[in-house]
Amino acid sequence: MQRNVFAFIAGGFFGAGLFISGMTDTNKVQGWLDVFGNWDPTLAFVMGGAIIPMAIAWRLTKAHQTAMLGTVFPPPPEPKLGRNLVVGSVMFGMGWGLSGLCPGPSIAAISYGGTGVFVFLAAMLTGMAFAPAMRRLMDRPVPAE
Amino acid sequence: MEQDWIWGLVGGLLIGTGGAIYLLVNGRIMGASGIIGGLVDGSGHSTKWERISFLIGVALLPVLLLPLYGSVDTHITSNLLVLVAAGLLVGVGTRIANGCTSGHGVCGISRLSLRGMVATVFYILAGGITVMLFRHILGVI
Repeated sequence: MQRNVFAFIAGGFFGAGLFISGMTDTNKVQGWLDVFGNWDPTLAFVMGGAIIPMAIAWRLTKAHQTAMLGTVFPPPPEPKLGRNLVVGSVMFGMGWGLSGLCPGPSIAAISYGGTGVFVFLAAMLTGMAFAPAMRRLMDRPVPAE
Repeated sequence: MEQDWIWGLVGGLLIGTGGAIYLLVNGRIMGASGIIGGLVDGSGHSTKWERISFLIGVALLPVLLLPLYGSVDTHITSNLLVLVAAGLLVGVGTRIANGCTSGHGVCGISRLSLRGMVATVFYILAGGITVMLFRHILGVI
């Protein structure tokens, strides 16, 4: 129960932040990506602002083995980059640019984004359902010539 | 318009605070695509309620704030083809890359993760090229 309450609170901060920062306005997101048009720097301030408390939080994890509710902290980031990271990020960036939406804001805007946000969400969930099969396909060893 | 960056910064600090709570209290990385994706493909079944609670918080707070703003225009395109293509790309891409703007961007970069930084460079580059192509050359968005 406690876990769910704190997850709800964390989600609340995330949703409120996305809303207040304007990140559910696709014009602002596409404006940030549109360096050849009317460039909008807001997203950089959002990212910068979000990184500050997170960087402090990561430092605080160093002194402890587990989080407050007993879960072991996530392991250090993997050093390996790999093809999946690049291919997946490029696909994500294309969808992000096309729509101005990414997973967080699409949930935050669910109550006021109209039909469009539901169409996007339905497609995104479908994509997520197919991702494991896609990943298996990509991870298949390439036969030697 | 002039105050947009201040609200961006304030909103960003709130986003980061949410991530800090999720990490320090629940011991988890706040990545939206991972939290949603784990529910979709069943990999997060054992932490189902934690994920759902998080997502309810994300969706609910804007509802509470909305009256203060009157109305908010998301400017989401009405082009269904664009929305479906974008959703599929975001869904598949974030799960293959294991993260999106919140997971790789906010949580990854803040711990100086090379993977987070590389992912962020690639999705911003891909997004920038996509906007240039589809807005300025093809005129679709």
